Amino acid sequence: MSKPQSIAERLSNQGFNRRDFLKFCGITATVMGLPPAVIPQIANALEKTPRQSVIWLSFQECTGCTASLTRAHAPTLERLIFDHISLDIHHTLQAASGEAAEQIRKQAMKDNQGNYLLIVEGSIPIGNPGYSTIAGMSNKDMLMEVAKDAKAIIAVGTCAAYGGIPHAYPNPTGAVSVEELITNKPIVNIPGCPPIPVAIAGVIAHTVTFGTLPELDSLKRPVTFFGQNIHDRCYRRPFYDKGLFAESFDDEGAKKGWCLYKLGCKGPVTSNTCATEKWNAGVSFPIESGHGCLGCSEPNFWDAGSFYKALSVPTGDFAQTAGYALAAGAAVGVATGLLNKKKKGDAAKNHETVTINDLDRKQQ
Amino acid sequence: MMTSIDFLSWVRGPVFIMATAIFVFGISLRLLEIVSLRRKPDYSAPRGSRMVGGMRTLFSRSMYDKSTFQRSAFTIVAGYIFHLGLFIVTFLSVPHILLFRELFGFDWFGLPTILIDAVTVITLLAMLVLLIHRLKNPVRRFLSTFENYVVWTVTFLPLLTGYMAYHHSVFPYPLMLGLHILSVEILMVVFPFTQLMHTFTLFMARWHTGANAGHRGIQV
Repeated sequence: MSKPQSIAERLSNQGFNRRDFLKFCGITATVMGLPPAVIPQIANALEKTPRQSVIWLSFQECTGCTASLTRAHAPTLERLIFDHISLDIHHTLQAASGEAAEQIRKQAMKDNQGNYLLIVEGSIPIGNPGYSTIAGMSNKDMLMEVAKDAKAIIAVGTCAAYGGIPHAYPNPTGAVSVEELITNKPIVNIPGCPPIPVAIAGVIAHTVTFGTLPELDSLKRPVTFFGQNIHDRCYRRPFYDKGLFAESFDDEGAKKGWCLYKLGCKGPVTSNTCATEKWNAGVSFPIESGHGCLGCSEPNFWDAGSFYKALSVPTGDFAQTAGYALAAGAAVGVATGLLNKKKKGDAAKNHETVTINDLDRKQQ
Repeated sequence: MMTSIDFLSWVRGPVFIMATAIFVFGISLRLLEIVSLRRKPDYSAPRGSRMVGGMRTLFSRSMYDKSTFQRSAFTIVAGYIFHLGLFIVTFLSVPHILLFRELFGFDWFGLPTILIDAVTVITLLAMLVLLIHRLKNPVRRFLSTFENYVVWTVTFLPLLTGYMAYHHSVFPYPLMLGLHILSVEILMVVFPFTQLMHTFTLFMARWHTGANAGHRGIQV
């Protein structure tokens, strides 16, 4: 095996010069919301620190998250990150499988004990260990084993972060997220179905550069990428404020690019960076393509009501409930009314007439 | 752990169904209870139309009385502002109209968010000054009951939380939106069993008074 190249050498071999490298460091600082002063620090760290060992485990997933990160766009931040980290094992990408692959995993764990980053893609079934196994080992057992000596864990994608689609009702496999099983390790959630590539790359870059995890919110998401909601950053927002909405996917409003709120867009309740970072090398994002946001980076997004019902509309069949309640209320109301009428009638019937003579008699 | 999205799903789902059931049941019950009591039939020869009299009073009573206005102009003006504001915010905000469309199957024109936002602020202010007036004026304070304050609170909260949700104040939007919906649900549950019922009974009472006057041929 040849001697591992430094990142500078690798970049120059790929046709990047020093300017490209510093530009990359600048982008890294920008996407992580750091001041320009740290750019040299990032450059220094990326040039000198040994390549970060990363173990990537794939559980109940669709490989969408990996596909999101590895799509070929040159030169991208994501690719540069991949050039810099030592991706020691990635179930889906590697050629080896079964026992051979397991040997590589165990070797990597041994060589970088306590220092490797664990990236998890997919949810973990705990209903029955047989639902998802690798080389005969259940996903849960493998997660526990690898997490034990990891420096930190990055849960990539909504499945690993919150359980995702496998966790959706009725959750046949008993799927859970990483943080439901691991409580004694630092965890970063990078939700999304799939997550935005720059968010994955940014967190890895931050970890490599500073040796710490980025600032996280209450759902363990990096604030830099998940601090704002899509609605607030959406280029269609002015139409929302003006009250101009597309009523269907092919009406005049849709053609004019008006707000998709009425068509069920979940942008207002979704914290992600799609509207700013965008997808496919900055080409567009779902709302720009004419479809409302599904809220895929939020917990339980699959069970949060129809994708095509506006946020202000209740999810259940409340019209039917209203119908029954109306009938029941009317029945009880009429019954009460009749009772009151009877009471009135009885009172009238039992009324004793008193004449002036009766009163006189009583007084005497 | 319940996340804000779970909370939002909960208030949009099962809680809304329960609140709707109580709200509709309560209103239906209260109205039918009144109507089914019936009045004694009036056998006197009509001197005018019940319908005309009823309809006329329905609208004429919405106009303020001159002498009352002179005595308490402030309450009347602030009261009008807050009632109109409440109507505009409730029925002319696009997200709200979508809710009514789901129930009734048809919708109507909504106002731009900026306008709704401005009307909300005005309505909130009107409600606040009315509360202050109620607390500071000895006669009003004496006449106020606990129910008055409950009703004020459950009406004020949906407006306030709606405003805060739109402006992302205090909590992130999903949680604030959830709280807004929950506050409306509280209003819906309280509504049929408090003086908030005046929203409906007011028109029944007016019509009845007007119809009686019409029947007797009272000239207005």
